[in-house]
Amino acid sequence: MSWLRSITKPGVFTRSKKDVKANVWVKCPSCGDMLYRKDLAANLNICTNCGHHHRISVQARLAYLCDEGTTQEVSVPAPKVDPLKFKDRKSYADRLKDAKKASDGEDAFKVVIGDVDGVTTVLCLLDFAFMAGSMGTYVGEAIVKAAQTAKEKNLPLVLVPASGGARMQEGILSLMQMARTTAAILDLKDAGLPYLVLLTDPTTGGVTASFAMQGDVLMAEPGALIGFAGPRVIQQTIGETLPEGFQTAEYLKDHGMVDMVTGRHQQKAEIAKIFKILTKA
Amino acid sequence: MAAEHFLDFEAPLQDLKTRMTEMRKLEGSKEGELPIKDLEEELNRLHIKEKSVMRRLYRNLTPWQKVQVSRHPNRPHAKDYIRHLITDFVPLAGDRLYAEDEAMQSGIGKFLGKSVVVLGIEKGKNTADRVKHNFGMPKPEGYRKAQRLMDMAEKFGLPVVTFVDTPGAFPGVEAEERGQSEAIASCIEKLLTLNVPVVSVVTGEGGSGGALAVAVADKVLMLEHSIYSVISPEGCASILWRDARSASTAAQALKLTSTDLKKLGIIDGIIKEPVGGAQRDYTLTMKRVSAEIAKCLNEIEKAGASKQSRRAKFIALTRLNDN
Repeated sequence: MSWLRSITKPGVFTRSKKDVKANVWVKCPSCGDMLYRKDLAANLNICTNCGHHHRISVQARLAYLCDEGTTQEVSVPAPKVDPLKFKDRKSYADRLKDAKKASDGEDAFKVVIGDVDGVTTVLCLLDFAFMAGSMGTYVGEAIVKAAQTAKEKNLPLVLVPASGGARMQEGILSLMQMARTTAAILDLKDAGLPYLVLLTDPTTGGVTASFAMQGDVLMAEPGALIGFAGPRVIQQTIGETLPEGFQTAEYLKDHGMVDMVTGRHQQKAEIAKIFKILTKA
Repeated sequence: MAAEHFLDFEAPLQDLKTRMTEMRKLEGSKEGELPIKDLEEELNRLHIKEKSVMRRLYRNLTPWQKVQVSRHPNRPHAKDYIRHLITDFVPLAGDRLYAEDEAMQSGIGKFLGKSVVVLGIEKGKNTADRVKHNFGMPKPEGYRKAQRLMDMAEKFGLPVVTFVDTPGAFPGVEAEERGQSEAIASCIEKLLTLNVPVVSVVTGEGGSGGALAVAVADKVLMLEHSIYSVISPEGCASILWRDARSASTAAQALKLTSTDLKKLGIIDGIIKEPVGGAQRDYTLTMKRVSAEIAKCLNEIEKAGASKQSRRAKFIALTRLNDN
C-alpha cells in the first residue's frame, strides 16, 4: 500500500454511526432534545429539558417508589401456559419465550411488598416491555394475588398499569381477567383497605375498563395515554382528526376521570400521604 | 318478516329456494310442462332436500360461519326476546346523568310471572333502526343506566336477566370523554356487588368488554351459534396477521364458539338453536331460551345468590388444569 494513502484527507472528520454506542444518547420525542442517557436515568427518565416522562422499566420504577432495601417479591402461581395453543404468524409459545428473554419477569408483571415513604404497601406493576403489558391469565392471577395479599396482610394496594389491554392470544380467557381482577379488588375494598392506581403510559383497553379505573384514588403520570379504545380505532370510526391532547392524563383530569396528574418526583410522597390519611395513621 | 337473507355458505339453500319459487310460479300460471301432480311431488322433494341440506350445513359450522350466523340481520335481537319473554314490560330510560342510550334496552317486567329487571343490548333491524340503536354499541350512558337498574334490582330483590348482542362498546371521542372505561369497569363492579340472581344470555355477538360489562352473571348461557370473544376476528386478524382478510383464521384461533367456551369452563350452558339457526324459527328459539333462563333462576335461587358466590365463581375462572 502506498504511504500516500495513509494520510488523512483534509475535511470534517466523521465517525461512522457504528462507532457511537447506540444507547448513549436519547432523543426526547416531546421536545426533540438530545439527552445523555445517564442524565435521563438519574432524573427518573424525565426529560431534563421539557419534563416529558419517558417510559421507565419496572425495576427503575420500584427503585424510586419504594424505600431502599425494603422490597420483597411476592410469587404468583403460574397458570396453564398457552391454553388455546394460539398461533398467528408466530406461535404464542414462541412469543412468550422471546418476551421472557427480553425482560426479567415470568410474564408482564411484578408483585412486591415494599415501603412507600415508610408505609408498607403491596405493589403490582405491569411490564410494558413484556408483550406490551397485555393482560392474560398470568397477569390476571398476579393482580388477584396482589389484592389477596394486601387483604391478608391488612395493607394498602398500589397498582401501576402499563398495558395495551387484554392479550388476544389467550382469547376469551384474557377477557375474563377483567371480571376476576375486579372481584379480587372488591374483596379488598370491602375490607376497608385503600386501593390506589398509578396510571402510566399507556393504559388502554380491557385494563382501563376494569381494575385500572377502580381505584379509590386515581393518580396519572403526566402525558400518559389513557383510554378505552386506541386512538387509531377511534380515528377509523369517526374519520376525522382527534382533538388536541386527546386521551392524555391531563385530558382525563379535565374531564373528571382521574384525581390528579402527578410527576415521578412527587409520586412516592403523595401516595404515602394519601394512605396515611385514609388509614388515619 | 323481512325477506330471507342468505349467508355466503348458504348458497346451496338459496339455489333450492329459487328453484322452488320458480316452480310455484309455474304452478300458478298453469302453463307448466309438467302436470300439476308432478309439480307438487317435485316441490315436496325439494322441500325435504332443503331440510336435509340445512341440517348438514348447520351441523358442521366453522367458527367463521358461526360468526356470520351470530351477526345474521334476521336473528332475534334483544327487543324480540323482551317482547316474547317478558310480560307487563315497562321500559325505563336514561342514566340520570347525561342521556338515554337506545343501544341498551332496559326495564322491569314479569318473566313467567316473576318480577325481574331486564337489560338487553339491541343492534336494530333495518338501517334507520340500527342508527337509532347505534348498531348495538352502548356508550357510557348505556352502562350507567344499566348500573342504575342493577341498583333497583338490589333494592327490590329482583333477579337481573341480560341479553347480550354487541360488536363492542362504542369507540368514539365522546364516549372516551365521558369515561367509557370507567362506565364499563363500574358495571362489572356493580354486578359483583349484587346479592340478587343474575342470568346472562349471549344471543348473538358477545363483543369484548362491552359485552362482559353486562354478563358477569351467576349463570352465563350462550345460544348455540352465538360467539363471545375478547376481540372481533377482523380486529384480531388486522393486528396479528396484519390483514383483515385472515378473519376466518383468527376466528378459528380465538376459540369463540359456544362449545369452545363451555369446554374452557367460561359459560354454564348452551341453548340449542333450531335447525338453520335462531333466525329461522323465533317461536322455538324463545321457548328454549325461556326454559333455560327459568331453570337457571331456579338453580341460583336454590343455591342462594350473593356477591360472595359470584366473586368466587369469577376468581376461579380460567384456572385451568393440564389435560
